[in-house]
Amino acid sequence: MSASVKESVEMKKVYKGSRPIMATFIMIGGMIGLLFAIGLSISFGAADIELATVWSSVFHFQPELTSHQIIQEIRLPRVLGAALVGACFAVAGSIMQGMTRNPLADSGLLGLNAGAAFMLAICFAFFPGLPYMYIILFSFLGAAVGAGLVYGVGSVAKGGLTPMRLVLAGAAVSALLAALSEGIAIHFRIGQDLAFWYAGGVSGTKWEHLQIMTPWIVVAIAGAIVLSKSITLLSLGDEVAIGLGQRTGVIKFFGALIVLVLAGAAVSVVGAVGFVGLIVPHLTRFLVGNDYRWIVPCSAILGSLLVVLADFAARMVNPPYETPIGALIALLGVPFFLYLARKGGKEL
Amino acid sequence: MSVLTVDQVAVGYANAVIIDGLSVEIPAGKITTIIGPNGCGKSTLLKAVARILKTQSGTVFLDGRAIQQLSTKEVAKKMAILPQSAEAPPGLTIFELVSYGRFPHQRGFGTLKQEDLKHIHWAIEVTGLSELKDRPVEALSGGQRQRVWIAMALAQDTDILVLDEPTTYLDLAHQLDILLLLKKLNEEEGKTIVMVLHDLNHASRFSHYMIAMKDGEVVTEGKPEKVMTHTNLQAVFDINAFLAECPFSQHPICLSYQLNKETDCLSSFSGYSNAR
Repeated sequence: MSASVKESVEMKKVYKGSRPIMATFIMIGGMIGLLFAIGLSISFGAADIELATVWSSVFHFQPELTSHQIIQEIRLPRVLGAALVGACFAVAGSIMQGMTRNPLADSGLLGLNAGAAFMLAICFAFFPGLPYMYIILFSFLGAAVGAGLVYGVGSVAKGGLTPMRLVLAGAAVSALLAALSEGIAIHFRIGQDLAFWYAGGVSGTKWEHLQIMTPWIVVAIAGAIVLSKSITLLSLGDEVAIGLGQRTGVIKFFGALIVLVLAGAAVSVVGAVGFVGLIVPHLTRFLVGNDYRWIVPCSAILGSLLVVLADFAARMVNPPYETPIGALIALLGVPFFLYLARKGGKEL
Repeated sequence: MSVLTVDQVAVGYANAVIIDGLSVEIPAGKITTIIGPNGCGKSTLLKAVARILKTQSGTVFLDGRAIQQLSTKEVAKKMAILPQSAEAPPGLTIFELVSYGRFPHQRGFGTLKQEDLKHIHWAIEVTGLSELKDRPVEALSGGQRQRVWIAMALAQDTDILVLDEPTTYLDLAHQLDILLLLKKLNEEEGKTIVMVLHDLNHASRFSHYMIAMKDGEVVTEGKPEKVMTHTNLQAVFDINAFLAECPFSQHPICLSYQLNKETDCLSSFSGYSNAR
């Protein structure tokens, strides 16, 4: 016994428990970083505006100033949209990973984003001019359709739902839905309307979008925080969670609902941007440990930060043109995915 | 003392009924072991008892009340479960994992109170993990890992402990280590222990009560002396067993055995070697 104790101690000297202090630091530091990034993002652009002007435009808005107008009407909603979308994808990803014990779970990889984008194409084709209030509902529904198809396809195969199999099913379903969306776009000549949804960008975000999506997102993230303790338990495995007196069915139902709302809301603004929900929860878990009471809020903040910075970079890389943020995040996401898939080879 | 009774239970998976109308009583304060060949339904029975699988008909009673009628948290205060292939997510420390055993006793967001800490520290100590409590679970050996899961079940502070093959994948010494720990918990803490074991001799040596199953039915049950007989082992496992007495427990053990058909195989084998 004592020999093996020593052995195992030497095997891993790193202490890796849950770290509330680190989590608190991330939440406070992340918030400050986020505010700073938002300020930065607002001040740089086709017309550079000083940070002081950004400040005064928000708190002492003077409609007769062009710079104030630009900030209020274009840049502020855009950057707030980016922050919300980042939080959505990241929290959705962390819940999916915890609930399914699947390290590769992400709303993009598992078909939710493609499903929501497909539903948006249908909206544009068959219900042109539909108010955003309803579009977002279709987006939720689309996320559910995508998830349902992926789980359906994945579980038909023998041997059950392994993480890899789900990702393969996700890729197949996403490809199919994207092709269908494109077919609809060509047939109904709505390619222009849909273009920015495919590319992934927050440039089209308006105040009215924010007004409608924010309550959904706030409720969903609050729900995620309420569920977080239960999600930690689910991450120990279904049978263990049941043994500990967890009502796994109820938790999974509400967890899935929250994921659909978050992914759907995000896609309805930014399009099918993948990998945020993959990268951020893993990074957060690495930093704060395995307790979802910390992972969920920290993911939300780090996800916001990532997408705000990505959007900022998207405008800076090749001005005055905008690089799609979906492409920029994929630049980080793809290598990260390959790393996880390789590392996870054993456990998956 | 909590009492478990299985009454006319039918249970199975999507479209296969594994057990159909099985009744059995688990004696309180004793160690009970379920034995039987692969696929006989012993794990299925255990999962039905542990409410992991819903019964299709019949009822499992805990203290005279149907288990499905009780809130699952209430059940979790009386019965702890160690599933067969429990695996902790990477990065979790022993202390953290054990502390989740307090979940059924917690409310709201789940901050650990003095009472919780008391149980967690006791569970870690009694399983001999005190020195390791801040280590990540994945850095432990198989035997230590099994102890951590048992510690979690102990932190749950229940009368009943349900374990599905707790010694699988462990070497001889570590198997015994786990069984001795369970024995100690039974004797000193009065825990009712129900488990599935593959090793007949361990089952006989450590159990007060044995349940032998085949094809989803109980073939025989009772004290090890009653269950571990030549005839029963022939009926349950299709083996021709040579039995002896365990020098430590005085219970019957299976010294060696043949398959029922093996006599034929052997004669042909000796024929083969003679020809050489």
